[in-house]
Amino acid sequence: MTSTTERTDVSPTSTTAAGLAAPAGPTTLDALEAEGIHILREAVATARKPVILFSGGKDSVVVLHLATKAFWPGRVPVELLHVDTGHNFDEVIEFRNATVARLGLRLQVASVQSYIDDGRLRERPDGTRNPLQTVPLLDAIAGHGYDVVFGGARRDEEKARAKERVVSLRDEFGQWDPRNQRPELWSLYNTRHLPGQHVRVFPLSNWTELDVWRYIEREGIELPSLYYAHEREVFERDGMLLTPHPSVKLRDGEATAPRIVRYRTVGDASCTGAVESGAASVADVIAEVAATRITERGATRADDRLSEAAMEDRKKEGYF
Amino acid sequence: MTALDLTPAADAAPVTSLLRFATAGSVDDGKSTLVGRLLHDTKSILADAYEAVERVTRERGGEGVDLALLTDGLRAEREQGITIDVAYRYFSTPRRTFILADCPGHVQYTRNTVTGASTADALVVLIDARHGVVEQTRRHLAVAALLRVPHVIVAVNKIDLLAWERAPYEAITADVATLAAGLGLEVTTVPVSALLGDNVATRSQNTPWYDGPTVLDLLETLPSGDEIAAALDADGARAVASGATPASAWRLPVQYVLRPQDAAIAPEYREYRGYAGQVAEGVVRVGDEVRVQPSGRRSTIAGIDTADGPLESARAGQSIAVRLADDVDVARGDLLSSVADAALPTKHLDAHVAWLAERPLRVRDRVLVQHGSALVQGLVSGITGVLDIALPGGTLDASIVPGGELGLNDIGVVSIVLAQPLAVEDYGTHRRTGAFVLVDPQDGGTLAAGTARAAEPGTGTDGYLSV
Repeated sequence: MTSTTERTDVSPTSTTAAGLAAPAGPTTLDALEAEGIHILREAVATARKPVILFSGGKDSVVVLHLATKAFWPGRVPVELLHVDTGHNFDEVIEFRNATVARLGLRLQVASVQSYIDDGRLRERPDGTRNPLQTVPLLDAIAGHGYDVVFGGARRDEEKARAKERVVSLRDEFGQWDPRNQRPELWSLYNTRHLPGQHVRVFPLSNWTELDVWRYIEREGIELPSLYYAHEREVFERDGMLLTPHPSVKLRDGEATAPRIVRYRTVGDASCTGAVESGAASVADVIAEVAATRITERGATRADDRLSEAAMEDRKKEGYF
Repeated sequence: MTALDLTPAADAAPVTSLLRFATAGSVDDGKSTLVGRLLHDTKSILADAYEAVERVTRERGGEGVDLALLTDGLRAEREQGITIDVAYRYFSTPRRTFILADCPGHVQYTRNTVTGASTADALVVLIDARHGVVEQTRRHLAVAALLRVPHVIVAVNKIDLLAWERAPYEAITADVATLAAGLGLEVTTVPVSALLGDNVATRSQNTPWYDGPTVLDLLETLPSGDEIAAALDADGARAVASGATPASAWRLPVQYVLRPQDAAIAPEYREYRGYAGQVAEGVVRVGDEVRVQPSGRRSTIAGIDTADGPLESARAGQSIAVRLADDVDVARGDLLSSVADAALPTKHLDAHVAWLAERPLRVRDRVLVQHGSALVQGLVSGITGVLDIALPGGTLDASIVPGGELGLNDIGVVSIVLAQPLAVEDYGTHRRTGAFVLVDPQDGGTLAAGTARAAEPGTGTDGYLSV
């Protein structure tokens, strides 16, 4: 019997949500995990030198977790790369280093600070370093000869990302051409590229923020502590709660106060805001995310507020 | 705003199933509005995104909220007021999570409809009730038929502009039914007003003559690919439990050979050898006989492994690794399959091809054929014909007109000679192992979507040849 005749035997009534809501049925997380593992295996198998962008942020942590499953019982056969803005939270760097050591992996760090120190990059007037990551990222890709670069970006994060392929071609300048993307058919991912080009690969393309958190809960994945509620000295600027940091100096009229906060994303401390939250556990965070009325980036990322097309413009230049 | 604004009605309970669907329509059919309406009425739009759209609508001199703006993500799209590229949207109801591939309507972007439809459990096609079935409708239904999308929902939109009358809707439904019958499609039509929300997520008070489901009702209840696979798995487990032999057709393309040696995470895995891949079809069980394609060698499944532990069986969609009982040669690009119904590998590929590149496809062109995890060289040996999208013959096969080359968005019947044999199967019965893409051997670009056709018995050169 072929699968098609079997398919027609399955009547709609027997496979409605009510009929198949039994625990044995495939969950959304099962499907997303299987897809992510498939993407990782496919891209690594066709890569000359793959790399996973790893910042210690929750999405990159989940990508790395999927990689450990995809290549079990071997170590992840991929290097990690962190583009360090020099503005990272200490907890995140500690977490990053501990994770790399635990899994026995090799970490490369591209330092924005060293680019600023030797004059290749100039500090922006607003102090934000996220846009400065692009050049060190592209130099690291070219310098190490990476041809397949895994990132944790999700399509639900932002409107321009919603149009990005799972496997996304970058030219010699790292540029993304949104009007000339390859069609991506079935689960047949095309990672081919010319010398000098590379592909970015996004195994979490189809995940939402809630999926990521539910998966973190299901798998018991450890995250940097600042994802969970803690007391912190913060002050308000441009509608965001920032924490004092060597990169974030208080201006006239700004004063800190202790509040119970957590971070929804952990990027550059100068432009990543905290949210007031009492969510101290994964379950608390899931309840909060499920109920939240503000998108992840809109609430806490100043760099995406620069213009309606801020992300599209940065992506075209080779950003993550 | 810094504090999170919590709504008490939100549902944090895990949802159990995932449905992938795509949308397609002509320019100005209101497709972006329908998608915006689905997102809005399922409370999937977050406050800041909604406020941004409200602000932009106002800046452009509009009133209220232009829901189409929610989905147009690229600068050029917003400037031109059209959708250029497939946009993926994610939303959920208490019954399901959805992955929506929102495909553009312009003819020149039809390749994106092919992209969105290739992974879809269902396709939603928009028709403007004032215009009825137009060429793009035929094109989208032809794509659905070519890619064997299991269910098509035709949303007959803008019925509010026809004073909610029944007759025009019935006339369009009849036209669609005729087309669907010829194409072998399972189609449901729904009268909707995407702008006002009627019969999208909520039943309309304006169409008392319609007692069928809303678009969302259909999306929530159609069987998804994952659910069908799970049902097959459960049937098989029951058969095994009762001592019977379960239906055993399955396919597993080998993506990666797991041989950790010095990189093993623990000493006991040093000599581990597993063949990793995502089950493409059916249910594979420990103890099943295996045929390795294209070599034809045989073995038995000794074990099914995941990082979370061993499994007794694995179904379509699951990413696993299998161990074989015998030391046979297996590499990436091979296809493991159940023995009884294993296809014979062939060097002659006869297929429908949807051509997605600017440059034309001509006879004697060299291409790469990507099938499962295999990539082999191919030479286009013949282009038998091109599909007339007006579907004058009523069916795909009867609407093929003679043609010597394929241009952008053409669908043609093509023969390809392969450098190495592939176990390509009839797409009509094997949606995964019948699918392939054509890749440009020079720049690596994706050129075409291909669906293999069963060889006509006795046609000689098009037949599947044993190696």
